[in-house]
Amino acid sequence: MMTGFYIVISANNLVKKIVGLNVFQTSVFMLYISMGKVNGGTAPILVEGVTTYSNPLPHVLILTAIVVGVATTSVGLALIIRIKRAYGTVEENEFENQDDAI
Amino acid sequence: MLEQHLATLPILLPLIAAPITLLLGRSLFLWIFATAISALACYFSWQLLAAALTESVLSYAVGGWPAPWGIELRVDAANAFVLLAVSALSTLVLIYSKDSIEKEIDSSKHTLYYTAHLLCLAGLSGILLTGDAFNLFVFLEISSLATYTLVSLGSDRRCLTAAFRYLVMGTIGATFILIGVGMLYMNTGTLNMLDLANRIDIYESNRTINTGLAFIMVGVSIKLALFPLHMWLPAAYTHAPSAVTAFLASTATKVAFYVMIRFIFTIFGWNYVFEEMGMDLILMVLAIVAIFKCSYMATVQSNVKTVLAYSSVAQIGYMILGVSLVSVTGLMSGLIHIFNHALMKGALFMAVGAVFYRVGSVDINAFKGLGKQMPLTMAAFTIAGLSIIGVPLTVGFVSKWYLVTAALEQQHWVVAALVLAGSLLAVVYIGRVIEAAYFQKPPASRDSNQVKEAPWLMLAPMWALVLANIYFGIDTSLTTEAARSASEWLFQTSAIAAASSVEVSQ
Repeated sequence: MMTGFYIVISANNLVKKIVGLNVFQTSVFMLYISMGKVNGGTAPILVEGVTTYSNPLPHVLILTAIVVGVATTSVGLALIIRIKRAYGTVEENEFENQDDAI
Repeated sequence: MLEQHLATLPILLPLIAAPITLLLGRSLFLWIFATAISALACYFSWQLLAAALTESVLSYAVGGWPAPWGIELRVDAANAFVLLAVSALSTLVLIYSKDSIEKEIDSSKHTLYYTAHLLCLAGLSGILLTGDAFNLFVFLEISSLATYTLVSLGSDRRCLTAAFRYLVMGTIGATFILIGVGMLYMNTGTLNMLDLANRIDIYESNRTINTGLAFIMVGVSIKLALFPLHMWLPAAYTHAPSAVTAFLASTATKVAFYVMIRFIFTIFGWNYVFEEMGMDLILMVLAIVAIFKCSYMATVQSNVKTVLAYSSVAQIGYMILGVSLVSVTGLMSGLIHIFNHALMKGALFMAVGAVFYRVGSVDINAFKGLGKQMPLTMAAFTIAGLSIIGVPLTVGFVSKWYLVTAALEQQHWVVAALVLAGSLLAVVYIGRVIEAAYFQKPPASRDSNQVKEAPWLMLAPMWALVLANIYFGIDTSLTTEAARSASEWLFQTSAIAAASSVEVSQ
């Protein structure tokens, strides 16, 4: 979690920022999925003779969160493409300098 | 049948209409369609508010699954009130945007503008109506993703970097909320807000819940641009198209503020957040710093949109200050200010957009001499500006009155004095623009035949907001009644939840 967060803050390249954001989000997904674990539980499918099941709800929640994450990544990448067209670079310090000149 | 499903309509209408707008080709059809949908959503929220005021709480089980298991939509006085403000503002901005976006957005992207606007409206209504903590996150992301798209539609290339920064900050904020909700789920095994409130045992110190509270508070603070997490806001508001800024400034941060109230009062309970965790002191200090730092930043900017953006962060400070006073009057002043700030900031950004439409710039130098050339627009700007300052007979006065009353009730004399001092800074930054418009000559380079009054489709919604500013400044019964019953209700349910959790733990 912290690795992804650190990349988002420190990276200068916008694509790397998006990668960091993804690492950050995915680690939160893992946090949720780990919650669903029940000791000795099997997959939540009704089978005779099994009484303990893992909790399926966090998995389902994370399915939604993954979709949100994919959408965020695609919007971010689309913005990067347009930034590249407008500035000719995806390095943060380089296009910041360009705007000060205007 | 409509009445039975009323609670879903403000979300479903714009959500279903958004993809349909992609199929309608012509700009005029799009505009009529989107405005009609938004007006219809506004009408349904009006009915919801009426229903919520008579029946106090409406509950709707989505898909027929009952409350603790399925997703619940809950309508009460607090969220119906904010919902009405949001959908009414959305309708006015859509009416306004026909001329505004023709000037600022490339015609091939008009479809995208209307689609993203409707999606954003759907997301915001969803945040307001939902009674489920995880569902709130999903709607938050729907509205945020639409917002990033809207910001990136600006004509200046700097809107792209502003949108990107907003995306990174917004996603971090949303993910923090997700972590916090996860912590709560770990501890309680439920996601329904009322169920959560009943199961959070406040008398047993629990580190998971404390951490969850911290994550949620930081996440929501990013979304509502509380100082010092506001850095995305000025850039995004400055470079977004004017119609987008008018919509976002008056709705998006307000809804995030509502989310904060909901988490504090409905889920955690105010005595846990404020008395046990000492959150009120943190919020109060941050709010006061926000008021002064950002009002000062507003006085030194040369771009009028940036001035108003910084002023927005300062106004959010006033709302948070109201909550941090921990009293019914304080919370009420915060809720009233949601509504009032939407009225005044909407009008101000619309006026600035009209200036951009005619003059082509929003620099303070462009405002010189506009008092004569665009009298109606500048009169609207002046009245809404006076409202920001808090002059009597405008809505700004009403919010500040209740805020100062709340501060005095709690014997916070210094806070009351600081609120008044903050208003003086507002006089400076609004005064600079008014001075340029009325007391300076237009620059010689400007062709005075070109610059005339804005088209009536821009003036009408702007003046509707300005007249609302004055009307609700004089006849305060509607807003104060709704806000008072909402805040009393929030304090009550919070106390009930705390009491019932005591019973459970015993």
